[in-house]
Amino acid sequence: MAKIELTRIPFIKNILKSRYPQLAVFIVMLIGYIFAILAGLIGTPVGSHNFSIVFVWIAWWALLILVAVPFFGRGWCAVCPIPLPGEWLQRGAVLSPPDKRPKWLNLRVPKMFRNIWLQNISFLLLALFSSVLLTTPNITGIVLAAMLFAAIGLSTVFERRAFCRYLCPVGGFIGLYSQTAPVELRIKDKQVCVTCEGKPCYNGSSTGYGCPWDIFPGGLTKNTYCGLCMECIRTCPHDNIAVNLRPFSADLAKPSTRMDEAFKAFIMLGSAIIYAGVLLGPWGAFKDAAYNVGSGAWFIYAVVFLAIIFVVLPGLFTLGILNTKNALPLKQRFASLSTALIPLGLMFWVAFSLSFVLTNASYIIAALSDPLGLGWNLFGTANMAWQPMLTSILAPAQTLVLVGGLIWSARTAQKAAGEVKVSPIPVIVYCLLATCLMLWLLL
Amino acid sequence: MKRPELIARFLIVTGILLAVGAPLFLWARTPLIHARMAEDGGWNPDIIQAQVGKPLHLKITSDDVVHGFAVGQMDMQSVDILPGKVTDITLNFDKPGIYTFYCTRWCGLNHWRMRGTIEVSGSPLDPEPVSPPLYVSLDLDLDAPHEAPLIPADQPSAINGQPLTATNSITLSREDYLTHSPYDVFTELKNTSLTEEQRWDVVAYIWQSNTTSVSFANGKELYAQNCAACHGENGAGDGVFADDLAIAGESSMQSMEGAMDMVMQSPVDFTDPHRMLGASPALLQGKILRGGMGTGMPMWGSIFTEEQIWDLIAYIYSFQFEYQN
Ligand code: SF4
Ligand code: SF4
Ligand code: SF4
Repeated sequence: MAKIELTRIPFIKNILKSRYPQLAVFIVMLIGYIFAILAGLIGTPVGSHNFSIVFVWIAWWALLILVAVPFFGRGWCAVCPIPLPGEWLQRGAVLSPPDKRPKWLNLRVPKMFRNIWLQNISFLLLALFSSVLLTTPNITGIVLAAMLFAAIGLSTVFERRAFCRYLCPVGGFIGLYSQTAPVELRIKDKQVCVTCEGKPCYNGSSTGYGCPWDIFPGGLTKNTYCGLCMECIRTCPHDNIAVNLRPFSADLAKPSTRMDEAFKAFIMLGSAIIYAGVLLGPWGAFKDAAYNVGSGAWFIYAVVFLAIIFVVLPGLFTLGILNTKNALPLKQRFASLSTALIPLGLMFWVAFSLSFVLTNASYIIAALSDPLGLGWNLFGTANMAWQPMLTSILAPAQTLVLVGGLIWSARTAQKAAGEVKVSPIPVIVYCLLATCLMLWLLL
Repeated sequence: MKRPELIARFLIVTGILLAVGAPLFLWARTPLIHARMAEDGGWNPDIIQAQVGKPLHLKITSDDVVHGFAVGQMDMQSVDILPGKVTDITLNFDKPGIYTFYCTRWCGLNHWRMRGTIEVSGSPLDPEPVSPPLYVSLDLDLDAPHEAPLIPADQPSAINGQPLTATNSITLSREDYLTHSPYDVFTELKNTSLTEEQRWDVVAYIWQSNTTSVSFANGKELYAQNCAACHGENGAGDGVFADDLAIAGESSMQSMEGAMDMVMQSPVDFTDPHRMLGASPALLQGKILRGGMGTGMPMWGSIFTEEQIWDLIAYIYSFQFEYQN
């Protein structure tokens, strides 16, 4: 399938070029985000009736993992409110560039941090504490506020969006999975960029800001680090930026060679498996261990969690590809072949989230009427009884998603293996085993 | 600064103020009472102000398990407080004073500590003289031993006692019943021609005839809701919390009452005839009103009405006597 340039459609192009539609969404998002922080801090401590838990961990999560990431890649980052206050402070304006920029430190992020290891760590921290985070509004409120303040702080010290690029736990996995999405932002003609003076898309101009994600659009080949902020569309004087519709997972044809990205794939795959086992499985002891944060059992859970992600899963994977000998060093084969785990991991998350979200979706309607749990009934739905939704289609849908993920991964493995010139069989077997495990855990 | 920038900033600031202000405003305007297990803080707030003749609207929610809400000395059904749900309650007071509100569900080991007060000010709508409780006017020593020296071989039967009472034309005033223990009455019946067993049966009948089926049922319900957690469904002092109380007891009592050398006792066994047949209703009234007793027993005087306490006492004696169904 060839690419379709969406920005050829005048309506879409105008919407993306104008700052106002995005600003309007930003304001709504920011209001919702701040409301969620406050609801978490002053609303009812009962999670299932608190706006912060219900809207962040059920509604937002459902939209993110079931719609935004698979279909729009970093589409969420395009409207995410977290970096906004920091970015506005950093720029000294909320719309077009001001005449004079405020004097912040504007430092470059040290080289050792310019990878996604910090994002891997921040995600793992949230993952280990997820049982309290997902059920305790206070903690959710604190974490949301902490992300907002961390983003503001980093914006005043470092240039561009240091928080998004290097620290945001959500951004890490959105970036990884955005490679599978059928939407991309790319330049239209390389030659135009080569001769373009001043490269305003990266350096900024009077019409807009330089890429906040520290990317030179001219060299963009993967979705991973482009936050779809649309600044380059506005700054490029040659109208050389396009938003394209493309086949799914086009970016995966060129496998990554970075260990931080390879491990992100293992972290996400492993977390999905562990969550499915602990949260949806029938083992009370596991659940207890995960929920009693700080207890001895929880420490064991944490160690097992990390061991599965950093030792068991990558270890078995390495054993599998050991025999696929060729001239390339093992490390490079490991990084390249792990690309195959990206569609698999995404589909694991989709399958896991389906049961989680459908089970709890009815809370959304009740929380809408009484977001702080103070006994209001704004829309007359506050007393809606809890009811799992679409229970009959859940298992078939999950099976379909998982099998689809396996096929998708097998195709990706073939391509990645072709790139490094080894046999894809061990990787496909690995994916097959992981899928069987996941099927068993979910069904 | 350009106009669009200015408008954008204005919109953002307004939006943020709205996002912060709206929940804070509504939160401040919605006084909500939170119920948490006593271990986690109990009622919050636990002191509420009210006025005679002015309805008091309360919104209550539970932050953990299911609790119940009731106000002592008031004719009200207890209300369930469910986690995450807000329950609306309206109370009307016709007398000033300090009322106790309490949890009516066994929510945890320290369930009986889940109490708060409603301070009602104003002048009474319907003044009535206050008389001291019976045990005070009798000047009873609540802590003195009151063991019955002699107990029946079998459980005395009110069914057998009824014809004996009639044929021997035995009468006992309400006043006498309240101030005498079953053992006292048993002793007084010595002058009759009855056997020991028959005398106990008569006592059983007298005790039964001093209660009505309505008041007995009422006492039974009060007992199940408030006492059985410690004293046991069957009165044997073996309620679900009894063991825990004994284990947690001493230290928890000290921190509660500041009594340094208090010895923790297990809940009283109402099936023990030595203890119960030697206790008059007035004595039991005192014990229930005052609470304490070296156990976790709360003071019930602030919660039960006088009538409720007599109902409860009538029921408690049923662990000693065989009554008609
Ligand atoms: S990286 Fe994180 S903070 Fe940044 S835009 Fe994406 S989700 Fe938001
Ligand atoms: S401004 Fe446009 S033409 Fe110039 S380098 Fe950037 S994308 Fe290319
Ligand atoms: S400026 Fe362009 S390349 Fe940079 S993040 Fe925004 S949309 Fe992506």
